[in-house]
Amino acid sequence: MRHLLSASDLTYSEALKILDTAAQMARVSEGPVKKLPTLRGRTIVNLFFEDSTRTRISFEAAAKRLSADVINFSAKGSSVSKGESLKDTAQTLQAMGADAIIIRHDSSGAPQRLADSGWTSSVVINAGDGTHEHPTQALLDAFTIRKHLKVGVGDLSGLTIAIVGDILHSRVARSNVTLLSLLGAQVILVAPPTLLPLGVESWPAQISFELDSVLPYVDAVMMLRVQQERMNDFFFPTAREYSHYFGLNADRLALLKPSAIIMHPGPMNRGLEITAACADSARSVIVEQVANGVSVRMAVLYLLVAGAPDENGESLA
Amino acid sequence: MSIALSAVDISRALTRISHEILERNSGSESIVLMGIPTRGAFLSQRLSIMIESIEKSPVSVGTLDITLHRDDLRLHPIRALVPTLVPKGGIEGKNVILVDDVLFSGRTIRAALDALGEMGRPKSVQLAVLVDRGHRQLPIRADYVGKNLPTSRGEIVKVRLGEIDGADEVLLEPEGNQ
Repeated sequence: MRHLLSASDLTYSEALKILDTAAQMARVSEGPVKKLPTLRGRTIVNLFFEDSTRTRISFEAAAKRLSADVINFSAKGSSVSKGESLKDTAQTLQAMGADAIIIRHDSSGAPQRLADSGWTSSVVINAGDGTHEHPTQALLDAFTIRKHLKVGVGDLSGLTIAIVGDILHSRVARSNVTLLSLLGAQVILVAPPTLLPLGVESWPAQISFELDSVLPYVDAVMMLRVQQERMNDFFFPTAREYSHYFGLNADRLALLKPSAIIMHPGPMNRGLEITAACADSARSVIVEQVANGVSVRMAVLYLLVAGAPDENGESLA
Repeated sequence: MSIALSAVDISRALTRISHEILERNSGSESIVLMGIPTRGAFLSQRLSIMIESIEKSPVSVGTLDITLHRDDLRLHPIRALVPTLVPKGGIEGKNVILVDDVLFSGRTIRAALDALGEMGRPKSVQLAVLVDRGHRQLPIRADYVGKNLPTSRGEIVKVRLGEIDGADEVLLEPEGNQ
């Protein structure tokens, strides 16, 4: 693997290697000097065509902790708003000598296009493309689950994880279903039928329409954001009704196993898919997910950018 | 292929190094042994056991992974990381003794010095190696040497330790014979 475009590109051993490397990177983040010389002299471009706070900052922090030079590029206020194509943008970055391009795009498949097109020789890392995939989010979720429920080693076998909410528009859910099941976890998708994508029955996950019956069995519950910007159709009657049937609140918190953890990829709509009491409860690992995101992205950057590809052109084998 | 050090030779060398470390640092109180994985970590464990049995008091021992500080990262496929374990008291103000199996170019030790600098400011840093095979590329020397082994640049020095290789020995292999 030379690029990280999708969670389905990862093999079992590659996924574990990333998580194990991330565990070592986490120690650096805890130490007195949070900086390593590993990527000194490398240039990493954050190419963001869509708004993002935590993913962009997280990648930036990860790259800087490894001493890389970071160039932030957002579509707003750049030549893209004048109509520049992805190809021309990519070629510009290539000419500037980018070693890696971290791309977020509102079109599914844009990172794949960038990696396959030959426009650039950089390593391409997908930071979220349309409603397709967000592989580093899935990796940080797996890392967080493993840290809490598997003492930080091995895979996720024996665990049951519920992913609740807007599966239809969620790239986080797609990447997580692939990665968590690859690592041996059982995934249950909980959503109203209108928010499940076509063909979901072929995914390696169970499906439920009733949150209350699922909660007592899960080890982790991952609440997804209701993506109001993508809600161009009537998926549920009212926000209040959605909240009533699929939101996490104090009553539902009581149904969970004592060891179960609450996750959310952020940004949260407090009061819609999750109440403030749940988001801020002791079971919530939402803030920790952000911290783990930096460690996981350091691991991905280290594994894909630091070394020379082997004889097969693979960086992560 | 010839045997440069036998199991008995290794054990004698480590015993001598233990005494030298104690002599130079006036006891074991201020020292921290930091082994460089893989085999340096096992050697530091052995040294700590020997020093403890001589001094009858515990000695701090840890491991130091230097992978992220290597200067040849971009020349090779990526290496897996191994844990860095800093002993409880840390290294601040201590006499840190780096332990590795073979001293060759000196680049590993340079990386180790950088890695140590990120954890704190030791009072001094000393270096103990089982084999010094020469051919330094940097101005680095060892304070404690198990054996000086004259080699040609292309020869391969292979350290095998019971903990992972099943037996203790140091082998000298001729050029191009992996």
